Amino acid sequence: MQYTLLILLLPLLSFVVLGLMDTKWKARVAGSVGTLVLSVVAALSYYTAWAYFSTANVGGIYQKIVPLQTVWMQFSGQLHIDLGILLDPISVMMLVVISTVSLMVHIYSLAYMKGEKGFERYYAFLSLFTFSMLGLVVATNIFQMYIFWELVGVSSYLLIGFYYTKPEAVAASKKAFIVTRFADLGFLIGILILSFYTQTFDFGVLNSGNAGIFASASGVTFMGASVLSWAMALIFIGGAGKSAMFPLHIWLPDAMEGPTPVSALIHAATMVVAGVYLVARLFPVYVTYTPDVLHGIAYVGAFTSLFAAVIACTQTDIKRVLAFSTISQIGYMMVGLGVSGYGGHEGTGYMASMFHLFTHAMFKALLFLGAGSVIHAVHSNEMQKMGGLRKYMPVTHLVFLIGCLAIAGIFPLSGFFSKDEILAATYMYSTGLGIGMSFIAGLTAFYMFRLYFNIFWGKENSYEHSPHESPLAMTIPLVVLAFFSFFGGLIPFGKFVTSDGAAYTGETNYVLAIVSVLIGITGILLAAAMYRKKTMLPDRVSQSLGFIYQLARNKFYVDELYLFITKNVFFKGMASPVSWYDRHVVNGSVNGLAVVTQWVSVKIKGIQTGKVQQYAWVFLLGTLLMAFLILFL
Amino acid sequence: MGSILENFTSGIIPMEAYIFVSFIMFFSGIYGFLSRKSLLMVLISIELILNSADINFAVFNRYLYPEHFEGFFFAMFTIAISACETAVAIAIVINIYRNLNNVEVDSLDELKEPEASDEK
Amino acid sequence: MSPLLIFVLIPLLMMIALFFTNNRKQVNLISLSGSLLLLLSAIALVVLFWRERTAGNTAQMLFAADTVWYREFNIHIATGVDGISVLMVLLSAIIVFTASLVSWRIESMPKEFYTWFSFLAAGAFGFFISIDLFTMFFFLEMSVVPKFLLIGVWGSGRKDYSAMKLVLMLMGGSVLVLTGILGIYYLTGAETLNIVELAHKNIEQPAQSILFALLFTGFGIIGALFPFHVWVPDGHSSAPTSVSMFLSGISMKLGAYGAFRVAICLLPEGAHQLAWIFLILSGFSVVYGAFAALGQSDLKYINAYASISHCGLMFFAFLIFNETALTGAFLQMISHGLITALFFACIGMIYSRTHTRLVSEMGGLMKVMPFIGVGFIIAGLASLGLPGFSGFVAEMTIFIGAFQNSGELQRWFTIFATASIVITAVYILRVVGKVLYGKQEHQAYDSLADAYWWERVTMITLIAAVVLVGTMPSWFSNMIQDGLAPLVAGLVK
Repeated sequence: MQYTLLILLLPLLSFVVLGLMDTKWKARVAGSVGTLVLSVVAALSYYTAWAYFSTANVGGIYQKIVPLQTVWMQFSGQLHIDLGILLDPISVMMLVVISTVSLMVHIYSLAYMKGEKGFERYYAFLSLFTFSMLGLVVATNIFQMYIFWELVGVSSYLLIGFYYTKPEAVAASKKAFIVTRFADLGFLIGILILSFYTQTFDFGVLNSGNAGIFASASGVTFMGASVLSWAMALIFIGGAGKSAMFPLHIWLPDAMEGPTPVSALIHAATMVVAGVYLVARLFPVYVTYTPDVLHGIAYVGAFTSLFAAVIACTQTDIKRVLAFSTISQIGYMMVGLGVSGYGGHEGTGYMASMFHLFTHAMFKALLFLGAGSVIHAVHSNEMQKMGGLRKYMPVTHLVFLIGCLAIAGIFPLSGFFSKDEILAATYMYSTGLGIGMSFIAGLTAFYMFRLYFNIFWGKENSYEHSPHESPLAMTIPLVVLAFFSFFGGLIPFGKFVTSDGAAYTGETNYVLAIVSVLIGITGILLAAAMYRKKTMLPDRVSQSLGFIYQLARNKFYVDELYLFITKNVFFKGMASPVSWYDRHVVNGSVNGLAVVTQWVSVKIKGIQTGKVQQYAWVFLLGTLLMAFLILFL
Repeated sequence: MGSILENFTSGIIPMEAYIFVSFIMFFSGIYGFLSRKSLLMVLISIELILNSADINFAVFNRYLYPEHFEGFFFAMFTIAISACETAVAIAIVINIYRNLNNVEVDSLDELKEPEASDEK
Repeated sequence: MSPLLIFVLIPLLMMIALFFTNNRKQVNLISLSGSLLLLLSAIALVVLFWRERTAGNTAQMLFAADTVWYREFNIHIATGVDGISVLMVLLSAIIVFTASLVSWRIESMPKEFYTWFSFLAAGAFGFFISIDLFTMFFFLEMSVVPKFLLIGVWGSGRKDYSAMKLVLMLMGGSVLVLTGILGIYYLTGAETLNIVELAHKNIEQPAQSILFALLFTGFGIIGALFPFHVWVPDGHSSAPTSVSMFLSGISMKLGAYGAFRVAICLLPEGAHQLAWIFLILSGFSVVYGAFAALGQSDLKYINAYASISHCGLMFFAFLIFNETALTGAFLQMISHGLITALFFACIGMIYSRTHTRLVSEMGGLMKVMPFIGVGFIIAGLASLGLPGFSGFVAEMTIFIGAFQNSGELQRWFTIFATASIVITAVYILRVVGKVLYGKQEHQAYDSLADAYWWERVTMITLIAAVVLVGTMPSWFSNMIQDGLAPLVAGLVK
């Protein structure tokens, strides 16, 4: 299966060509080249998936296949960084997800970004991102993952800052890069610790279940926790940064300053789930050696999920609502992984989490692209400027509704199946956590339909230009994604992706399923009551909640806290004193040395009177002293 | 006269006597060099010092190594050199006088850097 | 005569040829052809070296030659190269080539400028090809004096002060180095100054430790180790662009190279004894430089402090004493040399157009000069350690190598030093955001020209080199390990 290399090389090639060509090509040519390359990549990915799932099953277990592997950098000792391609169920699934969404975004952008300055640059960056993301998921070792991890970070930076003359976009891109970079520091230190004890980066070795490789770490503790727990927790911090887990989530809402298709691709479907993917990739290590960290991940995920869902209920920028919803849903996935055990029925959470990753990628990309279509028509992100759009944009309306129903978990749309599995796994782990997650599911339904009703129903605004349906290049990707969002849930996911590679069919918990659907419908009805027609109800509710509403509206002031810390601690507390210290103390001491030298020379200079007779006196006395010393000592 | 010369050659006059003379000459020269204000006096003092050295050369040669002549030669060298040196020195003194209108030693501190605070 | 001396002869011949020029065109012609010849010779050296190695020549130093210069003190003109010095020669050639191009249109006295610059280059090349302590020192000094003139005459800002400070501090470093060299010479029986032969001799403790402290501090001053780095910010900011490139690209590497070749390799016991002090200093240097860079507002100051941070990492890696970290240290030398040269080149280009280096005065330059802007961004991303560029490879090799050391202190300081990757990202992105993105500050900037052809060649050469190291690191690390292999046995305990 060496042709999988092409899946990586083609987008890279496209990036280099488009990047070098820059403005020499017409926009349309650049766009077509990018899209064409991506279609080939998508076709290859589907073929790979088909070939993998039809051939790699040996004895009921999906094997890991490494079609290509080369040593990129050899260190002394056993450590070496390899570059290679690893095919196993989750990486193949990710290949399909990434190439599908990326292709849709490429097509969609042909119309959405039409006439933008820097159209070629946009496609170059998209190719770069696709390359990096594909490289990340097929990584054979943790260091290769780190390499591509950084590359997706920078492509995200470049794409968020695409409108580089807009100060908000520049600030957002900077914030995104630095926050994730900070998290990557944890990832890096985690890798260093892990590789120090295991002497390997390779996923195959780490996940092999061979306890021998962790032997040297056993019994080593630091501050009460085993050193392996520290390593895995630090690696999770890296994942938490990319996946916008609390408290590292602050970059994601701001990242919405980027072009909307970019948000759909990077900040909804692919890059932000890299953290989930990372945990899933190292799942055998987590579950066998550091279950404590895994439980921590579950609670971090649950808290983030609740936190983001509450905020999402109060935002008015439609892209930000979607961003917080993304954070919340990724929290869901983390919970799924966190509560999971290894193998068979125990491993439901793992399977569910991957399933949710898949369905979420589809319906969230759909929602973002749908929102893009709305923004394209209305030229604003604010809910107040919308309303009653269902008449003007029937296709967008329909697909958006499908997306909302899917995320709300209504039978038989895709979200229902994946979310239900996660809930089942959570209830298996702890009833309390399960109830919490069910509540979040209700909140999700509520805020999604708040969004839906505000855009497509409610009071009709007076528009300057009458809004119109988007062109075909935009609606076709929408329809395709809507199709996946609708029917994606029918895929028997447990047959393909499980924690141990063996196929498994979960028994459906009908009570739970029905209750979840009812919760979802309750949320929808609540939203309908409040937002379907323009009423005073929302205002009254927000007033009665008062303080809490204000907190949520302002995202619990986490951004302000960060700003305070960076400004006062980082800049005023560290950088400025250090540069002051350097300029005045270190530099000053050197200048001081010069001043002292000068002072001494001025003082000594006084002895040189220039008067010959004084010199002669000194000379004479010196001679006498010498004579005295020589004669009498 | 003849007896003195005879005494000298036969060693009746002790060497210390000569050295005593040259000692007095040398230190009066040094005293003059250090204390006189006039450049000419300083110059004369230097001559005194040099001449005392000449005497020593001659005396030591005569008394200690009578079969050699290096001491006499050196004394003659020194006389010649001091003559040249005096000529140069007087020329300088004259020039100084032309420039400064006096020949005081203390007024000659032109080479010294004037007092000034430098920047670093 | 050693064939390697060609690297010293070409710059000297350039100086003679420049003497006979009488207009800018001729000056440019000679400087371009001379530096191009140097670059080609360096590439030829790499090829020849590689061919010799694959042919099975396992001598530690290839192309070695030895001419007696002054027999009484055993001073020889001894030259030879191993994998490390070959790479350093290549790095120097690339930087000399690009730096000569950058000053293509230098305003005043181009003839004199290039004459002194060639002299500087001769010193740097001579240092890297020497294997005799005396000639090493000779060439080290040779590359100091012209800096005084180049900064003092062609510089900007407080150039007199900076030139004086830089040269005095470098001379101070040289004094320590000279003392150390004499110490080594006499304590090994005053028989030889050849570093290959000296490596087999042993000096008793505590003399080793004292000499190591002298030499490491001396080379540390030249390589900008905290707290001896004070010449760097002023020197770099006052120097003309090409001299800045030379200073941070090559000069600081002279210090690091010497610290390893002389201080560590000849005095391994002293090095082990005192490693902890310098480990703390250099580890601190890494984070300190990054934080100081964060607090600056002048582009050149920012890059100067960034250099301190990155060079601290080289010294840090030296003191880990394992092959991986040492490989990383040399990769970092190459990588930092190229990246910082690229950075200074871009800063110089921007400065020559906007006539300001203050970050707050600029904005939105990307729109006006996209080529320079892209170069600047690439320099920035490479500097903050993005995969695909050389900085990542070097830093990661150092971190991985350093963490493999079983010492607690070493590992804690590795973690401490890794923090720099975040701080670096902050100041780089801050600069990129303010200078290139955002709104244009002045209308006058609208009419500024983008890069001229010589500037494009400079940037493309450097970017290509940075990408080459970043994507094919194993070739470079093989070269480095080729040089390290005979040395490392005596170091690792």
